[in-house]
Amino acid sequence: MVTIQKYVKVLSLDEAYELNQNKNNCIIGGMLWLKMGNKNISTAIDLCNLGLDTIEESDDEFSIGAMVTLRQLENHAGLNSFTNDAIRSSVKDIVGVQFRNMATVGGSIWSRFGFSDVLTMFMAMDSYVQLYKGGLIPLKDFAKMDYDKDILVRLIVKKTPGKYIYKASRAQRTDFPVIACALSMINGKYQLAVGARPNKAVLTIDADNILAGGINEESAKAFARFAADNTPAFSNSRASGEYRTHLIEVLTYRCLMEMGGLE
Amino acid sequence: MIEIKIKLNGKMITEQIDPDLLLIDFVRNHNCYSVKRGCETSNCGLCTVLMDDTPVLSCSMLAARADGHEVKTLEGLQEEASSFVGFIADQGADQCGFCNPGFVMNTIALLRENPDPTDDEIRAFLAGNLCRCSGYEGQLRGIRAYLDSRKQ
Ligand SMILES: Cc1cc2nc3c(=O)[nH]c(=O)nc-3n(C[C@H](O)[C@H](O)[C@H](O)COP(=O)(O)OP(=O)(O)OC[C@H]3O[C@@H](n4cnc5c(N)ncnc54)[C@H](O)[C@@H]3O)c2cc1C
Ligand code: FES
Ligand code: FES
Repeated sequence: MVTIQKYVKVLSLDEAYELNQNKNNCIIGGMLWLKMGNKNISTAIDLCNLGLDTIEESDDEFSIGAMVTLRQLENHAGLNSFTNDAIRSSVKDIVGVQFRNMATVGGSIWSRFGFSDVLTMFMAMDSYVQLYKGGLIPLKDFAKMDYDKDILVRLIVKKTPGKYIYKASRAQRTDFPVIACALSMINGKYQLAVGARPNKAVLTIDADNILAGGINEESAKAFARFAADNTPAFSNSRASGEYRTHLIEVLTYRCLMEMGGLE
Repeated sequence: MIEIKIKLNGKMITEQIDPDLLLIDFVRNHNCYSVKRGCETSNCGLCTVLMDDTPVLSCSMLAARADGHEVKTLEGLQEEASSFVGFIADQGADQCGFCNPGFVMNTIALLRENPDPTDDEIRAFLAGNLCRCSGYEGQLRGIRAYLDSRKQ
Protein backbone atom coordinates (compact mmCIF):
# COMPACT_ATOMS: atom_id res chain seq x y z
CA MET A 1 0.00 0.00 0.00
CA VAL A 2 1.23 3.44 -0.85
CA THR A 3 1.31 6.05 1.92
CA ILE A 4 1.42 9.81 1.44
CA GLN A 5 2.36 12.32 4.12
CA LYS A 6 1.71 15.50 2.18
CA TYR A 7 -0.13 16.27 -1.05
CA VAL A 8 0.55 19.36 -3.15
CA LYS A 9 -1.23 20.56 -6.27
CA VAL A 10 1.69 22.56 -7.59
CA LEU A 11 1.24 25.95 -9.22
CA SER A 12 4.25 25.77 -11.52
CA LEU A 13 6.61 23.28 -13.10
CA ASP A 14 9.42 24.96 -11.24
CA GLU A 15 7.74 24.18 -7.92
CA ALA A 16 7.12 20.59 -9.10
CA TYR A 17 10.74 20.16 -10.14
CA GLU A 18 12.12 21.55 -6.86
CA LEU A 19 9.87 19.29 -4.80
CA ASN A 20 10.72 16.29 -6.97
CA GLN A 21 14.45 16.58 -6.19
CA ASN A 22 13.80 15.10 -2.74
CA LYS A 23 14.11 11.36 -3.21
CA ASN A 24 11.10 10.66 -1.01
CA ASN A 25 8.82 12.88 -3.05
CA CYS A 26 7.04 11.72 -6.15
CA ILE A 27 5.06 13.02 -9.12
CA ILE A 28 1.66 11.40 -9.41
CA GLY A 29 -0.02 10.88 -12.75
CA GLY A 30 -3.09 8.66 -12.84
CA MET A 31 -1.57 6.88 -9.80
CA LEU A 32 -2.65 3.50 -11.13
CA TRP A 33 0.82 2.06 -11.22
CA LEU A 34 2.08 3.82 -8.11
CA LYS A 35 -0.89 2.55 -6.16
CA MET A 36 0.18 -1.06 -6.75
CA GLY A 37 3.51 -0.51 -4.97
CA ASN A 38 4.52 0.08 -1.37
CA LYS A 39 6.08 3.51 -1.61
CA ASN A 40 6.10 5.81 1.40
CA ILE A 41 5.77 9.16 -0.31
CA SER A 42 6.68 12.27 1.70
CA THR A 43 5.11 14.70 -0.76
CA ALA A 44 2.88 13.66 -3.64
CA ILE A 45 3.29 16.19 -6.41
CA ASP A 46 0.13 16.63 -8.44
CA LEU A 47 0.47 18.37 -11.83
CA CYS A 48 -3.31 18.52 -12.35
CA ASN A 49 -3.54 22.33 -12.16
CA LEU A 50 -0.88 23.09 -14.77
CA GLY A 51 -3.05 22.81 -17.86
CA LEU A 52 -1.20 19.70 -19.03
CA ASP A 53 -4.42 17.82 -19.71
CA THR A 54 -4.94 18.90 -23.32
CA ILE A 55 -3.88 17.73 -26.77
CA GLU A 56 -2.95 20.68 -28.95
CA GLU A 57 -2.85 20.24 -32.70
CA SER A 58 -1.06 22.59 -35.07
CA ASP A 59 -0.18 22.29 -38.75
CA ASP A 60 3.01 20.37 -38.03
CA GLU A 61 2.61 18.60 -34.69
CA PHE A 62 0.48 17.25 -31.86
CA SER A 63 1.51 18.44 -28.42
CA ILE A 64 0.16 16.06 -25.78
CA GLY A 65 0.27 17.21 -22.14
CA ALA A 66 1.63 14.81 -19.51
CA MET A 67 -1.75 14.68 -17.74
CA VAL A 68 -3.70 13.75 -20.87
CA THR A 69 -5.42 10.41 -20.28
CA LEU A 70 -5.26 7.35 -22.49
CA ARG A 71 -8.98 7.78 -23.14
CA GLN A 72 -8.32 11.25 -24.53
CA LEU A 73 -5.82 9.69 -26.96
CA GLU A 74 -8.42 7.10 -27.91
CA ASN A 75 -11.08 9.71 -28.64
CA HIS A 76 -8.96 12.43 -30.24
CA ALA A 77 -10.25 12.99 -33.77
CA GLY A 78 -7.04 14.62 -35.07
CA LEU A 79 -4.64 11.96 -33.75
CA ASN A 80 -6.83 9.16 -34.99
CA SER A 81 -7.42 10.54 -38.43
CA PHE A 82 -3.68 11.23 -38.76
CA THR A 83 -2.85 7.64 -37.81
CA ASN A 84 -5.83 5.97 -39.44
CA ASP A 85 -7.00 4.89 -35.94
CA ALA A 86 -3.68 3.28 -34.99
CA ILE A 87 -3.58 5.33 -31.76
CA ARG A 88 -7.05 4.10 -30.81
CA SER A 89 -6.03 0.52 -31.56
CA SER A 90 -2.97 0.83 -29.36
CA VAL A 91 -4.87 1.86 -26.21
CA LYS A 92 -8.32 0.32 -26.63
CA ASP A 93 -7.53 -2.89 -24.76
CA ILE A 94 -5.69 -1.31 -21.84
CA VAL A 95 -7.89 -2.56 -18.98
CA GLY A 96 -11.21 -0.66 -19.28
CA VAL A 97 -12.72 2.72 -20.03
CA GLN A 98 -12.61 3.78 -16.35
CA PHE A 99 -8.91 2.89 -16.19
CA ARG A 100 -8.13 4.79 -19.39
CA ASN A 101 -9.96 7.81 -18.00
CA MET A 102 -7.28 7.91 -15.31
CA ALA A 103 -4.00 6.55 -16.72
CA THR A 104 -1.89 9.42 -18.05
CA VAL A 105 0.42 9.78 -21.02
CA GLY A 106 3.07 11.21 -18.65
CA GLY A 107 2.95 8.21 -16.30
CA SER A 108 2.89 5.77 -19.22
CA ILE A 109 5.80 7.23 -21.18
CA TRP A 110 7.88 8.14 -18.12
CA SER A 111 7.68 4.61 -16.78
CA ARG A 112 9.00 3.07 -20.01
CA PHE A 113 7.33 -0.24 -19.16
CA GLY A 114 8.36 -3.25 -21.21
CA PHE A 115 4.71 -4.16 -21.77
CA SER A 116 3.67 -0.67 -22.79
CA ASP A 117 1.35 -0.37 -25.76
CA VAL A 118 1.67 3.41 -25.46
CA LEU A 119 5.47 3.50 -25.68
CA THR A 120 5.43 1.03 -28.57
CA MET A 121 2.91 3.07 -30.57
CA PHE A 122 4.67 6.40 -30.14
CA MET A 123 8.14 4.88 -30.77
CA ALA A 124 7.02 4.13 -34.31
CA MET A 125 6.07 7.78 -34.83
CA ASP A 126 8.20 10.88 -35.11
CA SER A 127 7.88 11.53 -31.34
CA TYR A 128 9.80 13.54 -28.75
CA VAL A 129 9.49 14.03 -25.03
CA GLN A 130 9.65 17.53 -23.61
CA LEU A 131 11.44 17.23 -20.27
CA TYR A 132 11.42 20.16 -17.87
CA LYS A 133 15.23 20.24 -17.47
CA GLY A 134 16.33 17.84 -20.17
CA GLY A 135 14.60 19.61 -23.06
CA LEU A 136 13.35 17.94 -26.20
CA ILE A 137 14.59 14.37 -26.68
CA PRO A 138 13.60 11.83 -29.35
CA LEU A 139 11.39 9.21 -27.72
CA LYS A 140 13.58 6.37 -28.96
CA ASP A 141 16.53 7.89 -27.05
CA PHE A 142 14.44 8.65 -23.97
CA ALA A 143 13.34 5.01 -23.89
CA LYS A 144 16.98 4.01 -23.30
CA MET A 145 17.75 6.62 -20.63
CA ASP A 146 17.99 5.85 -16.91
CA TYR A 147 15.26 7.10 -14.59
CA ASP A 148 16.10 10.45 -13.01
CA LYS A 149 14.18 13.21 -11.21
CA ASP A 150 13.20 15.29 -14.24
CA ILE A 151 9.57 15.88 -15.24
CA LEU A 152 7.93 14.81 -18.46
CA VAL A 153 5.96 17.88 -19.51
CA ARG A 154 4.63 17.00 -22.96
CA LEU A 155 4.89 14.38 -25.66
CA ILE A 156 5.38 15.96 -29.07
CA VAL A 157 4.38 14.03 -32.17
CA LYS A 158 5.42 15.52 -35.50
CA LYS A 159 2.96 15.32 -38.34
CA THR A 160 5.59 13.91 -40.64
CA PRO A 161 3.61 12.40 -43.52
CA GLY A 162 3.31 8.69 -43.03
CA LYS A 163 1.19 5.63 -42.47
CA TYR A 164 0.70 3.81 -39.17
CA ILE A 165 -0.68 0.44 -38.12
CA TYR A 166 -0.85 -1.06 -34.63
CA LYS A 167 -1.44 -4.69 -33.72
CA ALA A 168 -0.96 -6.49 -30.43
CA SER A 169 -1.66 -9.96 -29.18
CA ARG A 170 -3.20 -10.58 -25.76
CA ALA A 171 -4.17 -13.82 -24.04
CA GLN A 172 -7.42 -12.02 -23.35
CA ARG A 173 -8.81 -8.52 -23.78
CA THR A 174 -7.74 -6.18 -20.91
CA ASP A 175 -4.67 -8.30 -20.06
CA PHE A 176 -1.11 -7.08 -20.71
CA PRO A 177 -0.01 -7.63 -24.31
CA VAL A 178 2.07 -10.72 -25.08
CA ILE A 179 3.59 -8.83 -27.97
CA ALA A 180 2.90 -5.36 -29.38
CA CYS A 181 3.81 -4.17 -32.89
CA ALA A 182 3.56 -0.69 -34.37
CA LEU A 183 4.54 -0.32 -38.01
CA SER A 184 5.12 3.03 -39.64
CA MET A 185 6.16 4.32 -43.01
CA ILE A 186 7.49 7.83 -42.56
CA ASN A 187 8.92 9.75 -45.50
CA GLY A 188 8.98 6.52 -47.46
CA LYS A 189 10.98 4.67 -44.73
CA TYR A 190 9.53 1.69 -42.89
CA GLN A 191 10.15 1.04 -39.22
CA LEU A 192 8.70 -1.37 -36.74
CA ALA A 193 8.47 -0.87 -32.98
CA VAL A 194 8.04 -4.08 -31.00
CA GLY A 195 7.15 -3.96 -27.32
CA ALA A 196 6.16 -6.50 -24.66
CA ARG A 197 9.05 -8.71 -25.87
CA PRO A 198 8.58 -8.69 -22.77
CA ASN A 199 11.25 -6.02 -22.57
CA LYS A 200 10.93 -2.39 -23.56
CA ALA A 201 10.00 -1.51 -27.12
CA VAL A 202 12.80 -1.43 -29.70
CA LEU A 203 12.82 -0.19 -33.28
CA THR A 204 13.74 -2.28 -36.28
CA ILE A 205 14.37 -0.40 -39.51
CA ASP A 206 14.32 -1.79 -43.00
CA ALA A 207 18.14 -1.90 -43.13
CA ASP A 208 18.22 -4.31 -46.07
CA ASN A 209 15.74 -2.24 -48.12
CA ILE A 210 13.43 -5.22 -48.36
CA LEU A 211 10.45 -2.92 -48.81
CA ALA A 212 12.17 -0.43 -51.13
CA GLY A 213 10.10 -1.65 -54.06
CA GLY A 214 6.86 -1.35 -52.09
CA ILE A 215 4.68 -3.82 -50.25
CA ASN A 216 3.66 -7.05 -51.94
CA GLU A 217 3.10 -10.49 -50.50
CA GLU A 218 6.70 -11.50 -51.03
CA SER A 219 8.33 -8.37 -49.57
CA ALA A 220 5.88 -8.43 -46.65
CA LYS A 221 6.87 -12.03 -45.87
CA ALA A 222 10.56 -11.20 -46.18
CA PHE A 223 10.38 -8.14 -43.92
CA ALA A 224 8.28 -10.05 -41.37
CA ARG A 225 10.98 -12.74 -41.26
CA PHE A 226 13.69 -10.08 -41.01
CA ALA A 227 11.84 -8.39 -38.11
CA ALA A 228 11.40 -11.70 -36.27
CA ASP A 229 15.09 -12.54 -36.73
CA ASN A 230 16.29 -9.13 -35.61
CA THR A 231 14.01 -8.37 -32.64
CA PRO A 232 15.17 -10.09 -29.48
CA ALA A 233 12.27 -11.75 -27.66
CA PHE A 234 12.36 -13.52 -24.31
CA SER A 235 10.26 -15.76 -22.11
CA ASN A 236 8.19 -14.85 -19.08
CA SER A 237 5.05 -16.19 -17.43
CA ARG A 238 2.89 -14.91 -20.30
CA ALA A 239 4.68 -16.53 -23.23
CA SER A 240 7.93 -18.11 -24.36
CA GLY A 241 10.49 -16.20 -26.40
CA GLU A 242 9.94 -18.63 -29.26
CA TYR A 243 6.22 -17.94 -29.32
CA ARG A 244 6.84 -14.21 -29.21
CA THR A 245 9.23 -14.45 -32.16
CA HIS A 246 6.53 -16.31 -34.06
CA LEU A 247 3.98 -13.60 -33.18
CA ILE A 248 6.33 -10.84 -34.33
CA GLU A 249 6.52 -12.46 -37.76
CA VAL A 250 2.75 -12.96 -37.99
CA LEU A 251 1.77 -9.50 -36.76
CA THR A 252 4.41 -7.71 -38.86
CA TYR A 253 3.14 -9.50 -41.96
CA ARG A 254 -0.45 -8.53 -41.13
CA CYS A 255 0.55 -4.92 -40.45
CA LEU A 256 2.31 -4.73 -43.82
CA MET A 257 -0.55 -6.33 -45.75
CA GLU A 258 -2.97 -3.90 -44.16
CA MET A 259 -0.72 -0.94 -44.81
CA GLY A 260 -0.31 -2.01 -48.42
CA GLY A 261 -4.08 -2.37 -48.81
CA LEU A 262 -3.56 -6.05 -49.67
CA GLU A 263 -5.80 -7.56 -47.01
CA MET B 1 -4.58 16.74 7.06
CA ILE B 2 -5.87 18.68 4.06
CA GLU B 3 -9.21 20.25 3.39
CA ILE B 4 -11.22 19.10 0.39
CA LYS B 5 -14.59 20.07 -1.04
CA ILE B 6 -16.43 17.42 -3.02
CA LYS B 7 -20.00 17.52 -4.29
CA LEU B 8 -21.16 13.99 -3.58
CA ASN B 9 -24.51 12.99 -5.08
CA GLY B 10 -25.55 16.63 -5.15
CA LYS B 11 -24.48 17.47 -1.59
CA MET B 12 -21.43 19.67 -1.01
CA ILE B 13 -19.08 18.16 1.56
CA THR B 14 -16.13 20.00 3.08
CA GLU B 15 -13.83 17.79 5.10
CA GLN B 16 -10.34 17.44 6.54
CA ILE B 17 -8.79 14.24 5.19
CA ASP B 18 -5.49 12.37 5.23
CA PRO B 19 -3.59 12.98 1.98
CA ASP B 20 -3.63 9.28 1.11
CA LEU B 21 -7.35 8.74 1.67
CA LEU B 22 -8.74 6.98 -1.39
CA LEU B 23 -11.94 8.17 -3.03
CA ILE B 24 -13.56 4.78 -2.34
CA ASP B 25 -13.09 5.27 1.40
CA PHE B 26 -14.31 8.85 1.22
CA VAL B 27 -17.59 7.87 -0.47
CA ARG B 28 -18.11 4.86 1.80
CA ASN B 29 -17.50 7.09 4.84
CA HIS B 30 -20.47 9.03 3.48
CA ASN B 31 -22.73 5.97 3.36
CA CYS B 32 -22.31 5.18 -0.32
CA TYR B 33 -22.01 1.45 0.25
CA SER B 34 -22.82 0.52 -3.35
CA VAL B 35 -19.15 1.35 -4.04
CA LYS B 36 -17.17 -1.75 -3.14
CA ARG B 37 -13.65 -3.09 -3.20
CA GLY B 38 -13.08 -5.97 -5.58
CA CYS B 39 -9.55 -6.32 -6.87
CA GLU B 40 -7.96 -3.09 -5.64
CA THR B 41 -5.55 -3.36 -8.56
CA SER B 42 -7.60 -1.24 -11.00
CA ASN B 43 -8.80 -4.28 -12.91
CA CYS B 44 -12.38 -5.14 -11.98
CA GLY B 45 -14.45 -1.93 -12.23
CA LEU B 46 -16.46 -2.72 -9.10
CA CYS B 47 -15.50 0.59 -7.48
CA THR B 48 -16.65 2.72 -10.47
CA VAL B 49 -17.98 6.20 -9.66
CA LEU B 50 -18.63 9.14 -11.96
CA MET B 51 -16.37 12.13 -11.49
CA ASP B 52 -17.71 15.11 -13.43
CA ASP B 53 -19.79 12.52 -15.30
CA THR B 54 -16.73 10.48 -16.31
CA PRO B 55 -16.41 6.90 -15.01
CA VAL B 56 -13.29 6.39 -12.87
CA LEU B 57 -12.01 3.77 -10.43
CA SER B 58 -12.44 5.08 -6.90
CA CYS B 59 -10.08 2.40 -5.51
CA SER B 60 -7.19 4.04 -7.34
CA MET B 61 -7.99 7.73 -7.06
CA LEU B 62 -7.00 9.94 -4.17
CA ALA B 63 -9.89 11.82 -2.58
CA ALA B 64 -7.54 14.81 -2.76
CA ARG B 65 -7.52 14.56 -6.58
CA ALA B 66 -11.34 14.72 -6.53
CA ASP B 67 -11.22 18.01 -4.58
CA GLY B 68 -13.32 20.63 -6.38
CA HIS B 69 -15.12 18.01 -8.46
CA GLU B 70 -18.54 16.40 -8.51
CA VAL B 71 -18.74 12.70 -7.66
CA LYS B 72 -21.75 10.48 -8.20
CA THR B 73 -22.35 6.96 -6.98
CA LEU B 74 -25.26 4.61 -7.60
CA GLU B 75 -26.98 6.10 -4.54
CA GLY B 76 -27.35 9.35 -6.47
CA LEU B 77 -28.31 7.78 -9.78
CA GLN B 78 -31.16 5.48 -8.75
CA GLU B 79 -33.65 6.95 -11.19
CA GLU B 80 -31.35 6.73 -14.21
CA ALA B 81 -30.35 3.18 -13.27
CA SER B 82 -33.94 2.07 -12.73
CA SER B 83 -34.68 2.53 -16.43
CA PHE B 84 -32.52 -0.48 -17.40
CA VAL B 85 -31.62 -2.62 -14.36
CA GLY B 86 -34.91 -4.51 -14.55
CA PHE B 87 -34.00 -5.70 -18.04
CA ILE B 88 -30.70 -7.10 -16.73
CA ALA B 89 -32.50 -8.80 -13.83
CA ASP B 90 -35.07 -10.27 -16.25
CA GLN B 91 -32.25 -12.08 -18.04
CA GLY B 92 -31.09 -13.61 -14.75
CA ALA B 93 -27.74 -12.04 -15.56
CA ASP B 94 -26.52 -11.73 -12.00
CA GLN B 95 -25.66 -14.70 -9.85
CA CYS B 96 -24.03 -13.37 -6.68
CA GLY B 97 -24.65 -9.78 -7.80
CA PHE B 98 -21.39 -8.45 -6.37
CA CYS B 99 -20.29 -6.94 -9.70
CA ASN B 100 -23.67 -5.33 -10.36
CA PRO B 101 -23.11 -1.78 -8.98
CA GLY B 102 -19.96 -1.35 -11.07
CA PHE B 103 -21.71 -2.67 -14.18
CA VAL B 104 -24.67 -0.37 -13.63
CA MET B 105 -22.46 2.70 -13.10
CA ASN B 106 -20.47 2.03 -16.23
CA THR B 107 -23.61 1.25 -18.24
CA ILE B 108 -24.95 4.66 -17.22
CA ALA B 109 -21.71 6.21 -18.53
CA LEU B 110 -21.94 4.18 -21.75
CA LEU B 111 -25.54 5.15 -22.49
CA ARG B 112 -24.85 8.81 -21.82
CA GLU B 113 -21.92 8.78 -24.24
CA ASN B 114 -23.46 6.49 -26.81
CA PRO B 115 -27.26 6.14 -26.47
CA ASP B 116 -27.54 3.48 -29.17
CA PRO B 117 -24.46 1.24 -28.94
CA THR B 118 -23.88 -1.91 -30.97
CA ASP B 119 -23.19 -5.16 -29.12
CA ASP B 120 -19.47 -4.77 -29.84
CA GLU B 121 -19.51 -1.22 -28.50
CA ILE B 122 -21.24 -2.46 -25.32
CA ARG B 123 -18.64 -5.21 -24.91
CA ALA B 124 -15.79 -2.74 -25.46
CA PHE B 125 -17.13 -0.15 -23.02
CA LEU B 126 -17.84 -2.70 -20.30
CA ALA B 127 -14.61 -4.69 -20.79
CA GLY B 128 -13.18 -3.24 -17.57
CA ASN B 129 -16.05 -4.62 -15.47
CA LEU B 130 -15.27 -8.17 -14.42
CA CYS B 131 -17.86 -10.70 -13.35
CA ARG B 132 -16.66 -13.96 -11.80
CA CYS B 133 -20.00 -15.76 -11.96
CA SER B 134 -21.67 -15.11 -15.29
CA GLY B 135 -20.34 -15.22 -18.81
CA TYR B 136 -21.32 -11.59 -19.51
CA GLU B 137 -23.93 -12.72 -22.03
CA GLY B 138 -26.82 -12.14 -19.62
CA GLN B 139 -25.77 -8.55 -18.97
CA LEU B 140 -25.37 -7.98 -22.71
CA ARG B 141 -28.81 -9.47 -23.42
CA GLY B 142 -30.34 -7.28 -20.71
CA ILE B 143 -28.86 -4.07 -22.11
CA ARG B 144 -29.85 -5.11 -25.63
CA ALA B 145 -33.43 -5.80 -24.46
CA TYR B 146 -33.56 -2.36 -22.85
CA LEU B 147 -32.24 -0.66 -26.01
CA ASP B 148 -34.72 -2.58 -28.18
CA SER B 149 -37.60 -1.66 -25.86
CA ARG B 150 -36.79 2.02 -26.34
CA LYS B 151 -37.15 1.68 -30.07
CA GLN B 152 -40.62 0.14 -29.88
C1 LIG C 1 -3.48 -3.25 -13.71
C2 LIG C 1 -2.74 -2.51 -14.79
C3 LIG C 1 -2.79 -2.97 -16.10
C4 LIG C 1 -2.10 -2.27 -17.12
N1 LIG C 1 -2.16 -2.76 -18.40
C5 LIG C 1 -1.50 -2.08 -19.38
C6 LIG C 1 -1.52 -2.53 -20.74
O1 LIG C 1 -2.11 -3.56 -21.07
N2 LIG C 1 -0.86 -1.81 -21.66
C7 LIG C 1 -0.18 -0.66 -21.35
O2 LIG C 1 0.39 -0.01 -22.24
N3 LIG C 1 -0.15 -0.21 -20.08
C8 LIG C 1 -0.78 -0.90 -19.09
N4 LIG C 1 -0.71 -0.44 -17.81
C9 LIG C 1 0.06 0.79 -17.53
C10 LIG C 1 -0.85 1.98 -17.56
O3 LIG C 1 -1.40 2.15 -18.87
C11 LIG C 1 -0.09 3.27 -17.22
O4 LIG C 1 0.98 3.40 -18.10
C12 LIG C 1 0.44 3.25 -15.81
O5 LIG C 1 -0.62 3.08 -14.90
C13 LIG C 1 1.19 4.55 -15.47
O6 LIG C 1 0.38 5.65 -15.70
P1 LIG C 1 -0.22 6.49 -14.48
O7 LIG C 1 -0.81 7.73 -15.05
O8 LIG C 1 -1.12 5.64 -13.66
O9 LIG C 1 1.10 6.88 -13.67
P2 LIG C 1 1.47 6.84 -12.13
O10 LIG C 1 1.19 5.50 -11.52
O11 LIG C 1 0.86 8.01 -11.46
O12 LIG C 1 3.03 7.10 -12.22
C14 LIG C 1 3.92 6.11 -12.72
C15 LIG C 1 5.36 6.61 -12.56
O13 LIG C 1 5.60 7.71 -13.43
C16 LIG C 1 6.01 8.87 -12.69
N5 LIG C 1 5.39 10.00 -13.36
C17 LIG C 1 4.08 10.17 -13.65
N6 LIG C 1 3.91 11.29 -14.38
C18 LIG C 1 5.14 11.84 -14.55
C19 LIG C 1 5.62 13.00 -15.21
N7 LIG C 1 4.81 13.83 -15.87
N8 LIG C 1 6.95 13.27 -15.17
C20 LIG C 1 7.80 12.44 -14.50
N9 LIG C 1 7.40 11.34 -13.85
C21 LIG C 1 6.09 11.02 -13.89
C22 LIG C 1 5.52 8.62 -11.27
O14 LIG C 1 6.31 9.32 -10.32
C23 LIG C 1 5.67 7.13 -11.15
O15 LIG C 1 6.99 6.79 -10.87
C24 LIG C 1 -1.36 -1.12 -16.78
C25 LIG C 1 -1.31 -0.66 -15.46
C26 LIG C 1 -2.00 -1.33 -14.47
C27 LIG C 1 -1.95 -0.79 -13.07
S1 FES D 1 -11.66 -2.45 -6.80
FE1 FES D 1 -11.28 -0.77 -8.10
S2 FES D 1 -10.97 -1.73 -10.00
FE2 FES D 1 -11.28 -3.43 -8.71
S1 FES E 1 -22.69 -12.01 -10.62
FE1 FES E 1 -21.15 -12.64 -9.26
S2 FES E 1 -19.45 -11.42 -9.82
FE2 FES E 1 -20.92 -10.93 -11.31
